[in-house]
Amino acid sequence: MDMDTALLLSILAATVQSGTPILYATLGEMFTERSGVLNLGVEGMMIVGAFTAFLATHLTGNPWAGVLAAGLCGGGLSLLHGVVCLIFQGNQVVSGLALTILGLGLADFLGTPYVGITTTGFQAFAVPVLADIPVLGTIFFRHDALVYLSYLLPPLFWLFMARTRPGLALRAAGEHPAAASAAGLSPVRIRWCGIFTGGFLAGLGGAYLSLAYTHLWTNNMTSGRGWIAVALVIFAFWRPGRAVFGAYLFGGVMALQLRLQAMGANLPSSLMLMLPYALTVLVLLASSARGGGRAAPAALGVNIEPEE
Amino acid sequence: MRKSVSAMLLVAAMLLMAALTGCGEDKKPAEAPKAEQTPAAAAPAPAAAPAPAPVKEMQVGFVYVSPVGDVGWSWAHDQARKAIAEMPGVTTSFVESVPEGADAERVIQNMARKGFDIIFTTSFGYMDPTLKVAEQFPNTTFMHCSGYKTAPNMSNYFGRMYQARYLTGMVAGSMTKSNILGYVAAFPIPEVIRGINAYTLGVRAVNPKAEVRVVWTKTWYDPATEKEAAKSLLDVGADVIAQHQDSPGPQEAAQERGVYSVGYNSDMSHFAPKSLLTSAVWNWTPFYKDVVEKVRKGEWKSGSFWPGMEHGIVGIAPYGDMVPQDVRSKVDARKAEIVAGTYKVFSGPVKDQNGVVRVPDGQVLSDQDMLGMTWFVEGVVGSTQ
Repeated sequence: MDMDTALLLSILAATVQSGTPILYATLGEMFTERSGVLNLGVEGMMIVGAFTAFLATHLTGNPWAGVLAAGLCGGGLSLLHGVVCLIFQGNQVVSGLALTILGLGLADFLGTPYVGITTTGFQAFAVPVLADIPVLGTIFFRHDALVYLSYLLPPLFWLFMARTRPGLALRAAGEHPAAASAAGLSPVRIRWCGIFTGGFLAGLGGAYLSLAYTHLWTNNMTSGRGWIAVALVIFAFWRPGRAVFGAYLFGGVMALQLRLQAMGANLPSSLMLMLPYALTVLVLLASSARGGGRAAPAALGVNIEPEE
Repeated sequence: MRKSVSAMLLVAAMLLMAALTGCGEDKKPAEAPKAEQTPAAAAPAPAAAPAPAPVKEMQVGFVYVSPVGDVGWSWAHDQARKAIAEMPGVTTSFVESVPEGADAERVIQNMARKGFDIIFTTSFGYMDPTLKVAEQFPNTTFMHCSGYKTAPNMSNYFGRMYQARYLTGMVAGSMTKSNILGYVAAFPIPEVIRGINAYTLGVRAVNPKAEVRVVWTKTWYDPATEKEAAKSLLDVGADVIAQHQDSPGPQEAAQERGVYSVGYNSDMSHFAPKSLLTSAVWNWTPFYKDVVEKVRKGEWKSGSFWPGMEHGIVGIAPYGDMVPQDVRSKVDARKAEIVAGTYKVFSGPVKDQNGVVRVPDGQVLSDQDMLGMTWFVEGVVGSTQ
């Protein structure tokens, strides 16, 4: 294998890695939005996930304990959003923003004593047999356990939404809560589940940053990835398959621009760093031109008024 | 509905920005002032001995741009703060994570109003806020790090980190086998460019065939991106990774691939014990102690200070076990020459990337030119934009 092929493969493998935390968060936010709730607190839930994952792993020595803690704490934080929007009918945008600020502040406050400590976390391992497939093996099957777990999510997401009764109920709560209610469902209860699951997945995205991508905790380590996830949900038309594409596209451009610099491409780095964002704008433009916005759940962001 | 969702997102983004710039002020874990330390009364000597002059109480404040726990830039300053807090009659406090701009001005002003005697502001972006507050409080001494403006009661100061960078470059240049060295760098500003150039000169002093490849992250502090940048350099064959960031992400990448790295800010060996060659480190303690003493005695004068290795303000951390003795001796010898002032890092002939002679033989680059450096020396692969 010559140098160029090896480099190309390493870019694609890095694409999967940098796309993974975004993928978790995007799928989580998509799940919440499909139930009709807009939660802009992804960044906050991610950072809390990153911190609790680190802390639990540091204390127990078991990264899976960290993953569980990240999910539960990300989900737990998201329940605050539920309290505001589902019980008190508060504004979803304001509540989500508050959640982001609260999460960043909390993680910073609680996490400061742990900055500068490294933990074991997840290490990359090659999947037997699959890793030996030429090209694809190198790109997809020489990562860590959290990446492999993320491969299972989009199909599960799709199966749940398209083929199961609870999935149908969740979509009903997002499209037409009144009709769901008339059918004997409780859209409020469904939305609680939607919010918690979204928070859980955002927490896992954070856990990926502190346990697999790096093995340390630092303040503000999500650095905007939660916001990218929020944008990617729109870009993906609320469909899991396109979320995978979007997350890897973003991860790929990030990986590519750094490697272009390392290869000595004599381009201004500011221009290259702009690539992911320029691409997002372009793709959003293209998707809205094709009427992508219509894919939004009809009752997204609309609170359910309590029945008299 | 669709429109209102996008509108909400837009409003959300704007609100967030406003909120983020506003919320820094809330984080003020100003350390509880130390219990007053009265200077130990001179030995149990009776009244016959002249009583020591009472030590003037000093309150010293620090403003940091990042959290002190980051083992980086602010951490290094805070080590010095802790050291001066041990001086008799000195109490210190600090505010961390202060955004550059309007918030900084408020924080500095607050300290001045509370009657602090000296205020150290330790980020480039604090320059104008510090100057503004200095004009309002003429009896307070202001020390601004890494800028260039002064006032009768305000100095600027920095350290000649490039000297330490040069020495770490010598170590790296001796250890590379591929002759490709990677450098993960934050922003293309003179301070960072100067560091890369000095490092490269150090590398090429021992290994003229080696080249230094630069990747800009445009972040000071994003461990994931910085680690990814290091990996991208490893992918093109680099086998030593140096960095100018505030996170140890690049060190982790190097250790994982089993290659060497060079740290920055503080001794980073605990992040990558098996792969760290050495680190270019800050030690602000002697300089800060000196400032406190001078202000106390009324001998402080405004100016621009740029002390170097001879004052101990910069240095290199202990070598990793893998650095062989002959390399250590060579670097130590050069270090002694730098400390003695007999060797200058940017002494000619120095060529730039395009082979143009920037410093002719027999000349030394002026401080002015070093402070405004925007070009790479020969041997660097990368763009200064």
